[in-house]
This record gives sequence, C-alpha cells and structure tokens, in this order.
Amino acid sequence: MDYKKIISKYNLDRTRLIELLKDIQAAEGYISEKAVAEVAKAFRISIAEVEGLISFYHFLSARPLGKYVVYLNNSITSEMAGRQEVALAFEEEAGCPFGKTSSDGLITLMETSCIGMNDQEPAALINEVIFTRLNKEKVKKLASWMKQGKPVQEMVEEFGDGANSHELVKAMVKNNIRKSGPVIFDDYLAGTAIHKTLETSPEAVIDEIKKANLLGRGGAGFPTGLKWELCRKEKGPEHYVICNADEGEPGTFKDRVILTERPEMVFEGMVISGYAVGARQGILYLRHEYSYLKKYLENILKKMREQGLLGKNIAGRGFDFEVEIKMGAGAYICGEESALIESAEGKRGEPRDRPPFPVQKGYLNMPSTVNNVETLATATRIMANGSNWFRAMGTSVSAGTKVLSVSGDCDRPGIYEVEFGLTIDELLKMAGARETFAIQVGGPSGQCIGEPGFSRKICFSDLATGGSVIIFNSSRDLFSVVANFLDFFIEESCGWCLPCRAGNVLLKKKFEKIIKGTGTRQDLKEIEAWGKIIKTTSRCGLGQTSANPVLTTLTNFRKLYESKIVKEAEFISEFDLITAVAEACILTGRNFQEENEHV
Amino acid sequence: MTKPVIATASLAGCFGCHMSFLDIDEKILNLIELVEFDKSPIDDIKSFTRPVDIGLIEGGCCNAENVEVLGYFRKNCRILISVGECAIMGGLPAMRNTIPLKECLEEAYIKSLTVAPEDAFIPNDEELPLLLDRVYPCHEIVKIDYFLPGCPPSADLIWEALSALIQGRPIKLDYQLIKYD
Ligand SMILES: Cc1cc2nc3c(=O)[nH]c(=O)nc-3n(C[C@H](O)[C@H](O)[C@H](O)COP(=O)(O)O)c2cc1C
Ligand code: SF4
Repeated sequence: MDYKKIISKYNLDRTRLIELLKDIQAAEGYISEKAVAEVAKAFRISIAEVEGLISFYHFLSARPLGKYVVYLNNSITSEMAGRQEVALAFEEEAGCPFGKTSSDGLITLMETSCIGMNDQEPAALINEVIFTRLNKEKVKKLASWMKQGKPVQEMVEEFGDGANSHELVKAMVKNNIRKSGPVIFDDYLAGTAIHKTLETSPEAVIDEIKKANLLGRGGAGFPTGLKWELCRKEKGPEHYVICNADEGEPGTFKDRVILTERPEMVFEGMVISGYAVGARQGILYLRHEYSYLKKYLENILKKMREQGLLGKNIAGRGFDFEVEIKMGAGAYICGEESALIESAEGKRGEPRDRPPFPVQKGYLNMPSTVNNVETLATATRIMANGSNWFRAMGTSVSAGTKVLSVSGDCDRPGIYEVEFGLTIDELLKMAGARETFAIQVGGPSGQCIGEPGFSRKICFSDLATGGSVIIFNSSRDLFSVVANFLDFFIEESCGWCLPCRAGNVLLKKKFEKIIKGTGTRQDLKEIEAWGKIIKTTSRCGLGQTSANPVLTTLTNFRKLYESKIVKEAEFISEFDLITAVAEACILTGRNFQEENEHV
Repeated sequence: MTKPVIATASLAGCFGCHMSFLDIDEKILNLIELVEFDKSPIDDIKSFTRPVDIGLIEGGCCNAENVEVLGYFRKNCRILISVGECAIMGGLPAMRNTIPLKECLEEAYIKSLTVAPEDAFIPNDEELPLLLDRVYPCHEIVKIDYFLPGCPPSADLIWEALSALIQGRPIKLDYQLIKYD
C-alpha cells in the first residue's frame, strides 16, 4: 500500500489527521503498524500519538476488519425493539461473536453506542450505510448479500421520507416528524435571515439574539447572545464558529432531522453567528454515524455559494464566510465542546481544562463559539422573524420552541417541535404512550422520572433537555435501563479523571450487587456517596452526570431499590473463597477443600 | 479505665503502611501511654490474646491466607480499619488483575529468563497459600468500618485518625494530609 500518496493529499495539516487515518482505513480496511509509522514520521509526531488516536476513536481500527463491518447499536431502545434477536442472527450468519471477524474475513461484528436512530431500532451501520428496523429475516437477507459481495449501498431497498431519498442521501432513514413547529420546521425562504442580518451591525445582531432570550439547545442552556458577545470581545487574528452536530446523547436524533430537512437554516445560522462574532470560518463537526449526510450537506453549501449566501462578499455586503465539514470518528465525549475542538484539531477528543473557555481560546487557540445545530437554526429564524415574535412563544425563562426526539414505548415515536412549558403528561398523550412507568428526559445524563413528576414542564427552569425523551411502560425492567446507561458511560468515559474512569465501573458493580439481591442499606448509601464523588470531582460534563441514571432512579423509584436489598443485613460479601482459589488449584494441581478438611 | 487495644496486620502490602505508622516518631511514646498492642508485627504477638478494639489492616487479599487472617481480625476486632491504597483498592498488587493468573505464574516461574529448565514449574507446595483469581480490596470480603487513604497514609494522618477514634472526637484531616499530587 502506498501510504505516501494518501499522506501527501493532506499537506501535513495536523487538523486533518483523523480524516487521513480514516482515508487509510477506507483503502486498506484498517490502519497497520506500517501505516502508523509512516504517518508519524511524516507529521514528525510520535508513534504513540498516532496509536493514541486510533485507540481513542471507535471507528478507527488497528486490526484488520472484514469487508463488511456491522456496527449494531446497543442503546436501550434498540434492546427494547429486539436487539438481542438481531444480534444472534448476525452472529449465526457470520459464525463469530461480536467483537470478532468471520473466519473468511468477510464480516466483522461490532457493538456501538446510540447512532441517532432511536425511533427506528434496532439499527446498525454497515460500513457507513444505515440500516433501520432490523429483524431476523432482514439480517439473513443482508448476510446473503454480503456473501455475494453486493456493495452496501445497493442493499438499501427503500428510501426514507423527505430529503432522505435525495439522490445524494439515499438512506432508509425516516424523519418521523410528528409535530412540526413555527421555529424549525415551518417553511423557510433561503437567505431571508442572512439579508436581514447583513443590513445591521454585528452588535445589533447580538442584541437581537439576546432580546430573544435564546438559550443553547445542546443541553446546557447557555445564553447564545452572551456567548457570541464574549467571543466577539476577545482579540485574536481569527475567530471561529463551530456547529456541534455530534449528537451523541442516547435518545436524541433531532439534529439529524434538522440537518436533513432544514440544513440551510443551520448554515445560515453559522453565517449569522460568524458575522456577529467576527469570524470568517465555520466548522460543522458532524458525527461519523451521520456520514451518509456529508455529500448532501456539501451540496447545500455549494448551492449557498452559488446563491451568494456563503463564501466571498455574502449578499453583496462585503462579508466573507466559509463553512467546512469535519467528521468525527466515534466518541460521545466529542460532543463536549472543548473535546470537540480537540478532535477538530485532529487530536484525541479529551476535554480541556476550563477556563480558558472556547470563547477565549477555542479552535487553534482562537476565540470560538460552539453551538448546537438547533440553536443555530433557531437563531436564523429569530433573525428572520424578530425577537418579539420568538419571545411570544414558550415561557418567560425559556422562550420559543424545542425539538424533542421521542422514542421508546409509544405509538408515535419521532420528532416533536413543541413550545417550552409543555408538560410530560401532554407529551405522553401526543406521542400515544400508555401505561407509562417512567420517562427519561435529557438522555442518560438527564433524569428518570415517574408518575408523580408527569405534571412537570419541559423548560430550562424545570426539566431541561437537549432533546432526548425515552418512554418506558410498566412492562419494562427499570434496572436494565439503568444498567444500559451505566455501561454507556463506562464505555464513553475518555479516561482522564479517575473518578469517572474507575468510579463508574465501581458504581456499576455496586448497582449489580443490589440487583442480584445481595445489597444492603449500606450499599445504597455508598451508591449515593460514590455518585456524589464522581459528580463533584470529574472534570467535564460526562463525569458530572454519569451517575445520574442510578442517582435519579434512586430518588424517584426508591421503593424499587428498597425491595431488592436485604434489610436486616449489615454487610453481605459476594466473595467466595472456593471460587476464588479454583484457578490456582488447577494450575498447581492442588485441592483446597481436601487440604482444609481438618480446619 | 483500661486502655484500648490495637492489633495490626500486613496482608498483600509492602509493610510501607506499618513503616509509616512507626514514623510517628517520638509520638509512639504517647501512643503507648494511650493504647496497648495485641497481635501485630510490631510486637510480634502471633495470635489474638484478648478482644481487640481497633484492628488496622494494611494490604488487600491476594491469597487464601490473607482472607483467613482478615477474617480473624474481623472476628476479634470491634473496629476494623483499611489502611492505605492496597487495603482500600488492591493497590500495586492489583495490577495483576487484568492479566489471567495462569499468564502471571507462567511468566514468573516458567518463561522467566532466570529459570533453569529443570526448575520450570509452578510452585505447588501445600505450605504455600493458594493465590486468589485476583487481588481483592478488604471491604469486598469483610465489613470495614473506616478507610485511611494514602500510599502510604502519612504518619500524621494515622496519628490523627487513631487519636480521634480513641478520644471519641470527630476526625480533622488537614488538606495537606489527604492531598496526593
Ligand atoms: C459529554 C457531553 C456530550 C455533549 N454532547 C453534545 C452534543 O452531542 N451536541 C451538542 O450540541 N452539545 C453537546 N454537549 C454540550 C456542549 O458541550 C455545548 O454545551 C453545546 O454544544 C453548546 O451549544 P449550545 O449553547 O448551542 O447548546 C455535550 C456536553 C457533554 C458534557
Ligand atoms: S469526566 Fe470523564 S469524560 Fe470528562 S474529562 Fe474526566 S474522564 Fe474524561
């Protein structure tokens, strides 16, 4: 393999190193030691640094993979929709377990965290193509095609609704927009907001966004106008605008649908914020799982350039702004803004210490704003329709609408654009949910609430959510939900902080002890204490929220836990000496029980 | 008033925590005023001679004997304390936990460069305590009442903890005593 040729395409641009490695993997099926050595040499970095990248990102591989790589989603809604049967069918067809490649080197089976298809599970990526609503029969058919060597794209028989069937997308993915709203999904005439924006000053744009009281839609709810203002005030040769399309929180898929149906609004939002903060370059950081949208989005950018809405002298008003799409490579943590920036710079996506915040030192240490897809699309609508129009919707603290991704036990899973202030009860009715036992708002990092909380409102002052809403009915076992979420955080922790790296593993063990029925009151106390330690001593939002699945269920479903513990016991050990020495007995040919008969 | 009785043991540890304990220097004279020692490597008393108030455990459990000793301590001590990283988390010995026991033993006794071919076998004398599948922290085996962190916990920390416990007052650990980097 001629690595030099591939390497030379990237002009030794460090920020494109992940892209380069993906390129090598696409050509050879994996990234060999030799490739690593050549890349390291060319970039004058250590071999360990390149290896560190490969081991960090889920979709980069240092070992050979099959011609077809199946990444089957293991999120909870996938489990609920019959993932196990699908997984077994894949294993049977490939003749190997997950984590391995079939003996003929044709098929590799891998697990993967939520791929943003929660309303159409079980779903999988095969190479970079998405397959939804899998079942045993479909797996059989897919496998027989693989054995015939059919190109993956040709295995997609039916395309989804809306732009999913666009010739540059051709995906079987469905939008499932159940309720469209005035801010995001209403019709939009391209260019309206950009024209209005460029007629005023950057300060006036920031003012308008502030007046609209737009709060970030990515989860944290930081005031967008203030973020832009802080960034604008920072000095630096360049400013950058970053759109966060990493959408990794299990259960959210609204950014995917916004990018499919309203991409112009997202890109216009980037132009608007670029104008406001004084940036000339924007980056859309798109998660690897959404690779199927890349060409389509690039084409939208091209069209915008043709219409004078992007590039040089936008709308004839002397403002230059470009957008580049950068692809992720599989890591939930890269949704965290500083980790995202590291990743966009071609490094491992490990969060940075803050301060300095991205608005001070962001991409390439230049002042940068990071905003969620929906935030930027919303900013576009605000510039088009005005802040007064926007503020008339929602609540006093939480203006406007929110796009929710609803999945789980309901008749109508999908996308709902609703005004802030909607109660959980109202949402459940809308989605056609019956006998709801629990609802997870905000994904695993959010809260799990039961019936008494169903009158609570979706808004920043009550139940804040980046958009993920997962419904569980009374037939579900809440403990397996919690276990699934805890596994997710264990898998996705970047490993920097001990409380997050090891604490989550210990927390899960303790939790399992409770489920097994060998837990005590003291164990419950320890879960609470350890959860608090992980929350307060972790560096980024992942560790600060990773204990939530068990902490919020412990608060809201205390009785369930109480019913599992042995109340009268002060301490129960799960240690069994005979089992613990069994292996040593085999290795030494000794018999522990016989030796200790006299004792 | 009778003096509280203390016992100590080193399981899968390096005796570093015991050394640190002795590092209380001349305060050991004060300690002797306050407490009496029972089973401990410090006075070389091999088995319990009376009910003990406070047991200090250094090291986790890597073999069957460690488990047995830990069990004795739990039975004979009113209060049991895990002292140091190895007792609390398994510590350095627990580094083997990610490697199968077979591989560990083969590496040490069969494949090692210094092993003469005729000696290449895994020791199997009945006198040797059997190894556990992995190294366990003490609290996974018996109930532990308190944990004193550190590798090793400093003499001052041990001193403060013991004197607070004996005097029945809340423990007061200065930041410096629990800061490790
Ligand atoms: C572990 C973790 C994952 C995150 N994932 C995302 C994500 O996928 N998309 C997103 O917009 N924000 C995500 N965030 C929040 C971002 O750090 C950041 O707050 C957000 O992109 C800011 O945009 P906004 O103000 O427009 O909401 C994540 C945060 C953490 C801690
Ligand atoms: S909290 Fe977890 S994910 Fe965040 S920096 Fe620390 S180890 Fe990494």
